[in-house]
Amino acid sequence: MNLKKIFETRKIPLAWLLLTRQPLRILVAIAGISFAGILMFMQLGFRDGLFDASVTVHKLFNADLVLISPRSKSSISMSGFPRRRLVQTMGHKDVIGTTAVNWNFLLWRNPENLSTRSILALGFEPTKPLLIDSDFERKAETLKNKGRVLFDDLSRDEFGPISSWFNAGRLVETEVAGKRVRVSGIVSLGPSFGADGNLITSSETYLGLSPGNPKGSIEIGLVRLKDGSDIEKVVNSLNLNLPSDVKVMSLKSFIEFEKNYWKSSTSIGFIFTLGAAMGFIVGCVIVYQILYSDVSDHLPEYATLMAMGYNLRSLLGVVAREGFILSFMGYIPAYISGQALYALVRSSTKLPVEMSFSRASIIFCLILFMCMGSALAAMKKLADADPAEIF
Amino acid sequence: MNNLNKNTLRIVALNHWYGQGVMRRHVLQSISMKISPGEVVLLTGPSGCGKTTLLTLIGALRKVQDGDIKVLGKQLYGASRKTRQNLRKDIGMIFQGHNLLRCLTAEQNVQMGADLLNGFSYGSRRAQSREWLRAVGLEDHMSKLPHDLSGGQKQRVAIARALAARPKLLLADEPTSALDSSTGREIVDLLKKLALEQSCSVLMVTHDPRILDVADRLLQMEDGQLLPSV
Repeated sequence: MNLKKIFETRKIPLAWLLLTRQPLRILVAIAGISFAGILMFMQLGFRDGLFDASVTVHKLFNADLVLISPRSKSSISMSGFPRRRLVQTMGHKDVIGTTAVNWNFLLWRNPENLSTRSILALGFEPTKPLLIDSDFERKAETLKNKGRVLFDDLSRDEFGPISSWFNAGRLVETEVAGKRVRVSGIVSLGPSFGADGNLITSSETYLGLSPGNPKGSIEIGLVRLKDGSDIEKVVNSLNLNLPSDVKVMSLKSFIEFEKNYWKSSTSIGFIFTLGAAMGFIVGCVIVYQILYSDVSDHLPEYATLMAMGYNLRSLLGVVAREGFILSFMGYIPAYISGQALYALVRSSTKLPVEMSFSRASIIFCLILFMCMGSALAAMKKLADADPAEIF
Repeated sequence: MNNLNKNTLRIVALNHWYGQGVMRRHVLQSISMKISPGEVVLLTGPSGCGKTTLLTLIGALRKVQDGDIKVLGKQLYGASRKTRQNLRKDIGMIFQGHNLLRCLTAEQNVQMGADLLNGFSYGSRRAQSREWLRAVGLEDHMSKLPHDLSGGQKQRVAIARALAARPKLLLADEPTSALDSSTGREIVDLLKKLALEQSCSVLMVTHDPRILDVADRLLQMEDGQLLPSV
């Protein structure tokens, strides 16, 4: 009933007609707004993608708590701590299992063109859980033989066509840190900002590949707790009872710890946020220019409408509606291009850049704000419409 | 009868100045005049004599500086912006340069006038707009843009637009100046016929000697003063 009333009282959609009857102007406006939107989608997408990528492996760890050295600053600069500390945590009544993990960068030789590249290598005892992946246990079985590694098929292509060779049934052998290894399985982890690729191997193989590693020293300790344990309480009590050469944190804070490094200790956040801000400003200037010249061009017509009895408020409404329409018309192509570019980025960089609902809505709000703000600024020009001057 | 006695327009001792200080010019000097309902009045005079200023004052487009103007029973001297704005809805205006909205079709331009009416549905306002275009003889050009219409056709659309808001008073500023003589004649006759059907008074400013005979009354103006009527 109400809807019908609105339909009945509607008037000529002046804002819509003003825009659509000037195809060139609206095309320029849409191109400008979409460009600004795409710029914001890309910059914020890269930023969030890089932060998310920095914890792709962290998120997969089968653990409730994590032990690291207090000297470790991030995944690209992990320090070792005595493995004994991990054993000591078993003394706590809530701890049901631990896994010692070695974590370091080693040189991988591409078996196709023989070039070498730094790869993140994880070493662990294959009998213990490492990743939350139903199939991982079976793959870990293969690591019990010495010289076997699991290769991450999401690693960058520069490491060689490992997974396609492996899946084709070929025997894939190459060198890691100058020692011969054989790929015995494929996992999916994903590269991060610090590591272009990942491989997983047994502690025994790892120590063979990295003989300089101090004996009994590990970089990460994974701790699993009984169901229903109070994680915070266990963290506090372990931190209190263990010597200060080790730091205990929940898996969640370990992930935050890593993200935080990239956010605060690198310029990624600043650079990409600044890039998005530039897009926003460019968009504002374009929309303002379009609306301002639109109002200027139609000033005699606005004045005529005022002479006919339309009040200033209804004319301001026309400009506001123009801004509103433009924001939608500009956002839709920006969103679609954003999706396409994200797919392109995912396939070429393998970074986890996804269109998240929150980013999509934040950028919509920014574009709406951009268009309405520009419309507001362009409205000032309407004050120049003097109906007494048109005679 | 009472209605007949009520003037559509009554002006008493109207003065208007432009500029400040020594540059101040007295453009309207103690003008007094009346227009009755349904009357067609033509105002002539040399350019620069103050005709257009008078028209904008009557049309509530300018603030009245001194004197009384009562349009449709409303005093314009000291009237607020809002009062003037509302009054404009009851005053139709036709301009020298038609002033149609370039991005709207003939029909939509007329409906911009009809949209000022309250209490009609979109469909009925649309039907009225079409009816007006038929009345001015443009039924075959409803969906054309002003760009594709001839000068006479544009002025017809302007007349339809002005009348679509059902004004009680129609102000026209040299509506024929951009037209050739036969088209100008047609337009003025049409304007008079349609205005009278609506019992709408008309005040038309013109230079065009060929159309003077449509007037019920002729007013002449010179140097800001009305000459005694002939």
